[in-house]
Parts: sequence; C-alpha cells; structure tokens
Amino acid sequence: MSFATRAGVVRAVDGLSMSVGRGETVGIVGESGSGKSVSMYSILGLLRGPNVSIEGRVRFNGQDILGRPDRELRALRGKDIAMIFQDPMTALTPVYTVGWQIAEQIRQHTDLTKRQAHQRAIDLLAEVAIPDPSRRVNQYPHEFSGGMRQRAMIAMALSCEPSLLIADEPTTALDVTTQAQILELLAELQERRGSSIVLITHDMGVISEVADRVVVMYAGRPAEIGTRQEVIREARHPYTWGLLGAVPRLDSKRARLVTIPGNPISPLDVPPGCAFAPRCTYRHDRCSDRPPMRGTDHLDACWLDDAEKEQRRAEIEEAS
Amino acid sequence: MLGFIIRRLISAILVMFSISVLVFLIFFATPGVDPAARIAGRSASPAIIAQVRHAFGLDRPLPIRWALMMDHLFIKQDLSSYVNIGSRVVPQITQAAPVTLSLVAGAAVIWMVIGVTGGVIAAANRGKFIDPVIMFIGIAAVSVPAYWLGEVVNLITQGGLHHSIFAWVPPSGYVPITQSPGQWALHLIMPWLTLAALYAGIYARVLRAELVNALNEDYVRTARAKGLSERRILIRHALRCSLIPIVSLFGLDFGALIGGAALLTEVVFGLPGVGLLTYTSLQNLDLPVIMGAVMYGAFFVVLANAVVDIAYAFLDPRVRIA
Amino acid sequence: MIALGVLILILLSVIVAPFYAHDIAHTNPFTSNLNGTTVISGRTVPVLQPNTQGLGLGVTPIGPTWDFRHYFLGADNQGRDVFARLLYGGRNSLFIGTVSAIICCGVAAVLGMLAGYFGGVIDWVLSRIFDIVWAFPVYLLAISLSVVLLTSGLNLGPVHVGPGSLWLPIVIIAAVYVPYVARPVRGLTMSLREREFIQAAIGSGASDWRILTKEVLPNTLPSVIVFFPLMVAFNMLTESALSFLSIGVQPPAASWGTIINDGLGLLYTRPWVALAPGIMIVITAVSLNILGDGVRDAFDPKAKLRGAV
Repeated sequence: MSFATRAGVVRAVDGLSMSVGRGETVGIVGESGSGKSVSMYSILGLLRGPNVSIEGRVRFNGQDILGRPDRELRALRGKDIAMIFQDPMTALTPVYTVGWQIAEQIRQHTDLTKRQAHQRAIDLLAEVAIPDPSRRVNQYPHEFSGGMRQRAMIAMALSCEPSLLIADEPTTALDVTTQAQILELLAELQERRGSSIVLITHDMGVISEVADRVVVMYAGRPAEIGTRQEVIREARHPYTWGLLGAVPRLDSKRARLVTIPGNPISPLDVPPGCAFAPRCTYRHDRCSDRPPMRGTDHLDACWLDDAEKEQRRAEIEEAS
Repeated sequence: MLGFIIRRLISAILVMFSISVLVFLIFFATPGVDPAARIAGRSASPAIIAQVRHAFGLDRPLPIRWALMMDHLFIKQDLSSYVNIGSRVVPQITQAAPVTLSLVAGAAVIWMVIGVTGGVIAAANRGKFIDPVIMFIGIAAVSVPAYWLGEVVNLITQGGLHHSIFAWVPPSGYVPITQSPGQWALHLIMPWLTLAALYAGIYARVLRAELVNALNEDYVRTARAKGLSERRILIRHALRCSLIPIVSLFGLDFGALIGGAALLTEVVFGLPGVGLLTYTSLQNLDLPVIMGAVMYGAFFVVLANAVVDIAYAFLDPRVRIA
Repeated sequence: MIALGVLILILLSVIVAPFYAHDIAHTNPFTSNLNGTTVISGRTVPVLQPNTQGLGLGVTPIGPTWDFRHYFLGADNQGRDVFARLLYGGRNSLFIGTVSAIICCGVAAVLGMLAGYFGGVIDWVLSRIFDIVWAFPVYLLAISLSVVLLTSGLNLGPVHVGPGSLWLPIVIIAAVYVPYVARPVRGLTMSLREREFIQAAIGSGASDWRILTKEVLPNTLPSVIVFFPLMVAFNMLTESALSFLSIGVQPPAASWGTIINDGLGLLYTRPWVALAPGIMIVITAVSLNILGDGVRDAFDPKAKLRGAV
C-alpha cells in the first residue's frame, strides 16, 4: 500500500503477509512510522482519498474484502471487525454521551430499538468493569478518565460481538497501572468470547504479555514473524534484538537499557536494500540487496546465516 | 448549568454598565465643549439650553449626571428630542425595534441555511471545482458594503426590470407582521437576501474549514470504524461538532449586524427601523435620539451575545463545567 | 499578485486626481456648478437639465459621456464631475483606511504587548478596556464618537482638530478597532513571555524596555503585519459607511462613501453616481483581502498547508 505525497510516492507498507487464526492474539510491533497502524487501517478501507493506493489481498472468513465497495465494508466494520484506537481522549465524539455513541453502533448493525440499545450499552459498560454504568452511560467523554474512556471504547468495539478486534496502541496513552488493567480486560474478554485480536503496539513488554504470535515491522516491511516464544526467546532479526533490548527487565543485570542507534527512517527514504541496514551493527555487503522473508513458521528478513544469528544473539544475551 | 447562566448574565450586566459609562462620557464629558448646547441641537435658544442643563443635572457631580441620564433613558423613559420639540425618544425606538429585528432575524435564518448547506457541500466536495468558488465568494462578501449592495438590488428590482421579472417586488416600505404576514415577508425579502448574501458566503467558508478539520479528527475515524455511513459521519458527527464555533461566530455577527449593516440596509430600503431613525437623527444632529438608539442597541447586542453563549453551552457539553 | 497590481493601479489613479481635474477635465470638483455647461458632439448643453417628466420640477444632472475629457461618469446633483470626485474620493478613502490602520495596528501592538508582558494591574485595566470596546458594536461606537466630535471637533489639551478634518474619522476608526488587533497581540506576548529566550533575557537582567523592543517586538510584528491589509480594508469599509451616514468625510470633500450617498437620490435616473464608487470599494477591498491572505501565507507556512488540505 502506498501514499502519493508531495515528496513522491511513499510505500507505507510493503510486502506484509500475515494471518490471524480464530481466537488468536497477534501482536504487531515496531517503532512509530513502521506502518503497523496503516496496514490495519488499509484493510478496513479507513484510508481514503485520491492519494492512497492499496495493492494485495485481504481475506476475511474466506472472503476477499479488499477493494469491496464501501457499502459492503461498512457492514463488516464495527460488526465483524471492530477497532480500538490509541488516544481515547480524542477518539470519542465530544458532544454526545458515551451511551449514545455505543447505542449508535448497535443500532447501525442490529434492529434493536433505542431503548434496547441503551440498555445494552449499560450492560456493555458493566462488562468492561465501569462502576455505576447506568449513571455513567449518560455522561460525556470529557467526564471520563483516560482509562475509563478506553474501557468505553472497548465496550463500543465489543457491542456487536466482532470476530476480529483490532486494537491500535490501546494502552499507549494510559499510565502503567491502567495499561495493565486494560490488557487484562482484553485478555479476559477474548477468553470469554473467543474472538481474535490484532494488537498493534511499539511496546515489546505488552507483546510479551498477551500475544500468541508476533509480527515485527520496520519501515513498512515485516522484519520477523513467529510465535511469542520464538520472537522473544529466539529472536533472529537484529532489529528485534534492538527492540527487546529496549524493554526494561527485572532480571536484567545491566544498569541501563540498550537502545537502537539512530532514528527510525522516514518511509520516504527507505534504502534499496535491507531497510534496517543503515542502523544495523551487523550489516555487510549482502545488505544492499533486499532480504526476503525466510523460514517456515518462524520467518525473518535478514541476510545473516542461521549460525551467525544464533551466535550474535547469544553474545547479546551474555552482555545483558 | 444554572450557575453558568447566572455567571454569564452577571458579566453581561457588568458590560452593559461599562457601556453606559462609556456612552455617558462620550456624550456628556468630551472635553472642550458645552454638552448642553450639543444636546439641544444646532439652533437652540438659551432657554432650551438652560432646560437641558437642568434636566441632565449638568451643574452637578458626574455620578449624578450619569444616574440622571440612565433615569431618562430607562426608568422614566422621558428622554425627548430638542430638534422635534416634545417627541419622546424611547417610544420611537420601541416602535422601530420590531422592524430591525424582523430584518435581522429573517436575514439570519436565510444566511445560516445557505451558509451551512454551502459549507457542507463544499466540504463534501473538497478539492473539486466548487471549493475555490466558495472560497472566493467568502472573500468577496466581506468586501461589499451592505448599503451599496442594497442600492444595486433596488436598482435591479425597482428600476428597469420592475415592469417585467421583478413586478412582484413591492415598493420599498414595511408592513407589520401583525397586519399581514404575507406582505411582511414580501416587503422584507429583498432586504433579507441582501444581508444574507453578505454573510452566507463567509459562513460557508468558515464551516467548510471547520468541517475539513473535523473530518481529520480521531472521532471521525472511530465513526468510520463503527461502520457508519459517510453521510451520517458528515452530518451527525463532523457537522455537529463544527457547528459549535459557527454558533459563537453567529452570536458576534448577529450583534454586529444589529449595530451595523442592518442600520445601513434600512436606510437604503426605506424600512422604518432603528437604523433609519438613527440616520434621520444624524442628518439633523438630534443627539438625544442617537444616544437612545446607541444605548438600546448596544444593550440589546450584549444581551443577545449572552443568550448565544448560553446556547453554546447547550451545544458543547465541555463548556458547561468551565 | 494580480491583487497587488490592481491596488497599485488604483493608487496611481487617485494620485493623479488633481492633475486630471485641473488639466484634463478642467473642472473643480469641490464647488457646485449649477449653471455650468459642457460641449457634447458640438452642442453646448447645461450640466443640470430641467426635468421634463412629471411635474417638471428640479433638475437632472448630465449622464455619463464616457469621454475622459469631461463628465466621464456624468455629474451629481450639484453639477460636479463625478469621475473627478471619484478620484479625489478614492484619495480620501484610501488615505483614511491606510492611516487609521497604521494608527490602529501601532496602538494595538503597543497596548497588547504592554498588557501581555507586564500582566497584573496594567493587564487587568487594559484588558477590561478592550473587552468593553469589543462588546460595543463597532458602528454604534463610531456613530457616537463621530456625532459628538463632528459638532465640536476634538480638543485634547494642545491638540485641536477641527470638525471637518479628515483626522476625526481616522482617529475614530482606529480607536474602535484597536481591541481586534490588541487582543491577539496580548495573547501572543503572554505565551512568548513563558518561552526560554525571554526568560533567559529576564534572568540576565536586561531592562523591560530592551526585552520588549529586542525580543518581544520582532516576534509579534509578523502577526501585526498579517493583520494590516485586512485592517486597511476593514477601515476603508467603515469609513465609507460612516461617510454614507454623513458622519465621516464632510462636504465639500469627497470619499467613496459620500459619493454613494450623493447617488442615493439619483439611483434610478443616474445610477452610475452610486454604482461607480461602490465598484471601486469592492475591487479595492477584494484586492486587500486577497493580499492579506497572501501575506498570511507568507508569514505562516502552516496556514498554507492547512489551506491546501
């Protein structure tokens, strides 16, 4: 998928291929600008305008949904596929009560009456553990705290029992305690309802807590894909090592966090070869060609051979 | 909410008090000239000047003079003209006020309807050809003097074309709504359209900008993710939020219109409202009438703004607490 | 760019007004010319012709000749050349608009900076004054000031301005618009005052005067400049409205507003008397507004981006 901008065409997401199984939680992780949100927005038709072009295939429940007319996508959005966004402060329309907004979504996709939808909104708020839901349902977003607003967003997303929930940085704007509560809530709801979750985050800590499988993205391209165990314990891509190093760990021996040198590159100037090469400590001649995703279940895009990867990773483990 | 209303009204009263002091200073305390002679008019006899001096207590301290002015204006309401001897000012104003209100209210309805429709259409078609057209109309509208546009409208509807396509336009004048609502509207339609033409373009332009900003907001993305239709997103979410600044702009303009363009438009269309009253008083320097018109006009505007602010609070739940 | 060209063209044409009146049209646009005559296609005709229609009372001024040598736009009801008056009127309208905008922006910048920089009592007093003037409908305030000052002139100690002077409308118009510029300048100064470089200057013991002129002024000036073309347009429109109400420019001097007022009674017989000055006002104001948009884009690149969305 690409954007046309004044500075030329930007490939915001390039060569991403992934799948989400029923009841599974897939984490997409990467720095800001790595294309993780954009990829999810594009499959739902949330990116629009003459400057956006999307190529590829998206299958949902065995049906191709990419490029379907908006009318058909609308029937999916909010009903079968729901989204939660990063900043709960701005993601709700400020001039309507929380209950009104939840009821609006319910009435869009079902035949419930106003009264029934309102009652359902109260039940949903109760389900996401908002105290005193029958009073809260008539309050405006600005009367909610950040964590409560995110709970309300989750309640709204769950209102039509979606089979896939896309959570875009659902905890980033919240403080640490609230973060943990929201993640717990998501996990609990998933267990109860059996829906699939795609969790977009830049925080390896969040991934390590909830994800079944992990997609690591850099500069719009997948860098590594595997189960949580594989990506966290046996990471193969230097970028993943960097991300893991940037997470504080209680059992760590080192005093300070390892950071990845340099800044995330702008999608405007992705080099022709490996996108990560300019910041990579282990780059060599082959990195001027673009690496393919290699592997069977645990995939990665790095030219280092397996033995060397193993060795480098061990060195880093040793150092920490 | 009640607390907000009370606070807003108290601040309106303070502003009205300050305005009354300012008007008092302008009319009674500008240095260098005897205010009595000014108020009595150009060719007043010494006897009348003495009468004015007594009525407004011009030999007494300033606060008493202010109180006397307010007394004549609002409590006894016996302020009278010295040019047309004996004619009371306040009844003239209260008689003229419905005309001005009819003019402004009707024009406001028309320009809000046209402006909001135009803004929504422009925002929905942003980037297409209609967009720059509306932008330019917005600029042109702030550049046209209302009274001049009125004259052009008169020239077209009452001049050469009066015997063909504009035969239905009545000659300038006013018919009270109590007498005949149909004639009332018919006589006002051209003045309404003239005023509305000036404001509709600006409103369309401002609303378009607000809508385009709103459509980039996170809550619109949420609404899309909810599966709502584009029309519903535009009207129920983006427009509903964009109307909030429009309403406060409307409050300011409604006031500015009462004390501005409407006065001039009345003159051109021969509508016997406060504007025409002021205009004729200016021609013969009938200061008591002008003072009355200014004071009542300004007070009305301040109160209208307070009402709009309260309406604003109903529209935007975030304001009520603050 | 077109806007700037149009403005320069208008400016040049009003500058040559005396030359035009004296050397081309051979007319004095400030004295009434009730018995004047002019020559049209070889025949001498009176400038004011007796009415032939109706009761035959009064006179009808000569219509447009469309000939630059005499009565291009016809005459007004005192037999004066409307086109010559239009040029002179443009001088006054533009002069009043520009000078009052300079005074207004200057005073507003100073007051706004003082209020925003010193805060406290100064800010409270100035802000309350801004609030009151802001709440007072512009035209009503201008009418009150004009009608009082027109009868007596302005006497402030040694300053004496006569009742017919152009400076009366200039001062009045400048005064009523001060809050419109001063309020944003005050807000800007308040936020500037919190910034590091000003705090550093205060910390290093620089005098208030020095900080205001060397640090605050250069940062507030761009927004004042952005306001300027719009204020010229605003003030010119206000002047023409006051002149139309006969409390702006005083006869026999002209401005575009007074000419429209002169044309009010001639609307159906000699429409060009009222039409021409209005068209001039609209062209000038549109050009100034477009220029203002251009200036804003030049000083505020973000605004341009926003406009492009």
